[in-house]
Amino acid sequence: MEKQPETLLTGRSSESANSNPVIECRNLWKIYGDRGAEAMEAIKKENIGKEEVLERFGGGVGVVDASFSVGEGEIFCIMGLSGSGKSTLVRHVNRLIDPTAGTVFIEGNDITAMNRAELRRTRAEKIGMVFQNMALLPHKSVRQNVAFSLELRGVDRKERNRIAERALEIVKLEKWGASYPDELSGGMQQRVGLARALAADPHILLMDEPFSALDPLIRRQLQDQFLELSVKMKKTTLFITHDLDEAIRIGHRIAIMKDGVLVQIGTPEDIVTKPADKYVADFVAGISRLHLVYAHTVMWSIGYFQKKYPEADLNGCPESSADEDLDSLIDVMVSTGAKFIRIMESGNCVGVVTQGALLRGIQGKEPDEE
Amino acid sequence: MVELNVSIWHNILNPLELIHLPLDIWVDELLNWLVGNYRWFFQLIRAPIDFALVTIEHLLQNTPEVILLILGWFVSWQFADRKTTVFVLISMVTVGLVGAWSQAMTTLALVITSVVFCIIIGLPMGILLSRSSKMEAAVRPVLDAMQTTPAFVYLIPVVMLFGVGNVPGIIVTIVFALPPLVRLTILGIHQVPSDVIEAAYAFGASERQVMVKIKIPLALRTIMTGINQTLMLSLSMVVVASMIAVGGLGQMVLRGIGRLDIGQAAIGGLGIVLMAIALDRVTQGMGLSPRMRGTRFWYQKGPVHLLIKLRDKVKDATTNDIH
Repeated sequence: MEKQPETLLTGRSSESANSNPVIECRNLWKIYGDRGAEAMEAIKKENIGKEEVLERFGGGVGVVDASFSVGEGEIFCIMGLSGSGKSTLVRHVNRLIDPTAGTVFIEGNDITAMNRAELRRTRAEKIGMVFQNMALLPHKSVRQNVAFSLELRGVDRKERNRIAERALEIVKLEKWGASYPDELSGGMQQRVGLARALAADPHILLMDEPFSALDPLIRRQLQDQFLELSVKMKKTTLFITHDLDEAIRIGHRIAIMKDGVLVQIGTPEDIVTKPADKYVADFVAGISRLHLVYAHTVMWSIGYFQKKYPEADLNGCPESSADEDLDSLIDVMVSTGAKFIRIMESGNCVGVVTQGALLRGIQGKEPDEE
Repeated sequence: MVELNVSIWHNILNPLELIHLPLDIWVDELLNWLVGNYRWFFQLIRAPIDFALVTIEHLLQNTPEVILLILGWFVSWQFADRKTTVFVLISMVTVGLVGAWSQAMTTLALVITSVVFCIIIGLPMGILLSRSSKMEAAVRPVLDAMQTTPAFVYLIPVVMLFGVGNVPGIIVTIVFALPPLVRLTILGIHQVPSDVIEAAYAFGASERQVMVKIKIPLALRTIMTGINQTLMLSLSMVVVASMIAVGGLGQMVLRGIGRLDIGQAAIGGLGIVLMAIALDRVTQGMGLSPRMRGTRFWYQKGPVHLLIKLRDKVKDATTNDIH
């Protein structure tokens, strides 16, 4: 039996977050090797698969037709296992890697069309980056590391040290400015990395698995610290991770990447409740829904409820809003002992969460299955 | 018939005997042509080396012994450990006591001059070659040839082009001592972790900034090893170069052997060994980062540290006077 070759022209485009995206990737492709352009041509004309590209053109396919956009202040997570191309993808955003095809817009400017000087200015002023292995400069002190992007721009020493001190205060490392990176623990080093990315006050943060190399406790602390900061600073963030829990904790939206393809893009709730394919479904199978699924997903419409329980009296039942998560709905139900919760929206009852629907929601099954 | 056959077979089996490539004649003619037409060019090269050497030697020969001793003490205290400092002082005194001081200063001037020129040529060359693996591949055999060709082979051509004396001696020395510096500069730059380089680019560094602010500082230790190697090779070449009338300790050894004056030769030899060890230890110390030597910055140690403390004290005293 002949196996059907896997085709590559499957990339999806996603709805943009809002009308003015800060980062926008359009149909981005990366094929490695000298013959990338030829391979690109062949993929478009003949619709050949990954293996065939490698066989005929000697280059691996890193990113397949990736399109997404990140809105102002949004945290956009790209989640994938190692080798899925997520680190390659993020390096296209500041053009550390040149795409084979496609474009990347940074605040409306096409970064793939920039000359060297413009590219350097964009990198220095608009984009801060944090790396998995910290990549601090070992020959420079913590303060000099944080001030590095300013040094590159020719900001004078006094001014850049002042700014670096402020950035170190943000990550609570103000006492360590004179130390050298190898004198700090891993978690502290990554906070220096974050301070370095924040020092130039860029609009965009690229975080390439920033917390992956840290042990779980420190990782959790840094995630919390980062969330706290991002609420305050509202940086548009592209966050790469291989950990779905982390993506769900941190991301406003998540893109799941597999073998260079963005398989699904959506809110954590979308990903968990409506996985696009089996791959994503397997991924989210073990994820707790308590903080991900909201009342509007599990509630019954008021009409359906009245049909099912015509004699039920809703007066006196506790009220809640559509954007409460399952966890708080459980709290409400247990503390009041009620069987139904009324979901209110601007004073009107728009739906009802029953005990059964709530339990089904936790299970991850459709609310109307009873 | 049989004999003819044997001769044919011999020729078939040993074809290289049939043709003679007159390389020796070509080289001879090339050299004569160069000497005939371009001697002025080689004389021009002499000028900067001559100037540097004469200046350095003049300085070393005319500075009183005591001042040089103090200088040697300070330099080794600044860059090396206490053991090295003691060794440097003892060596200097020994060289003076056995009557080789002046020759040692000549040799030191020769070594310093050739190392300076090696750095001037080798460092930019290494940096340039590190950026292109094709160029590096093209230059590598030249570097190999420079290091392995016996010095005697090019001693005579150098004399024909540059004449005799200290300057051609330095040119011969540069040819021999340059390759390790170039090689180790390339190696050092290639060893800089790629993630650090990537980070620099991500923050908007230009190629030049990456080279100056990241690659060279991080390659510095390896480059210092290269300079140390160059220094050692220079010192060993200075003796060979005494055959083309280069002065100093090498000349002492050569003359001593020529006259079967073993004592004289031994003094020259001792001077070279002591100088080699001392220079090696001090330059190795320079290669260590200040933090490896137990301080944060290089000026927190040695005579410079003392000077800074002294300055601060004077400052305190004057401010106290005002109050």
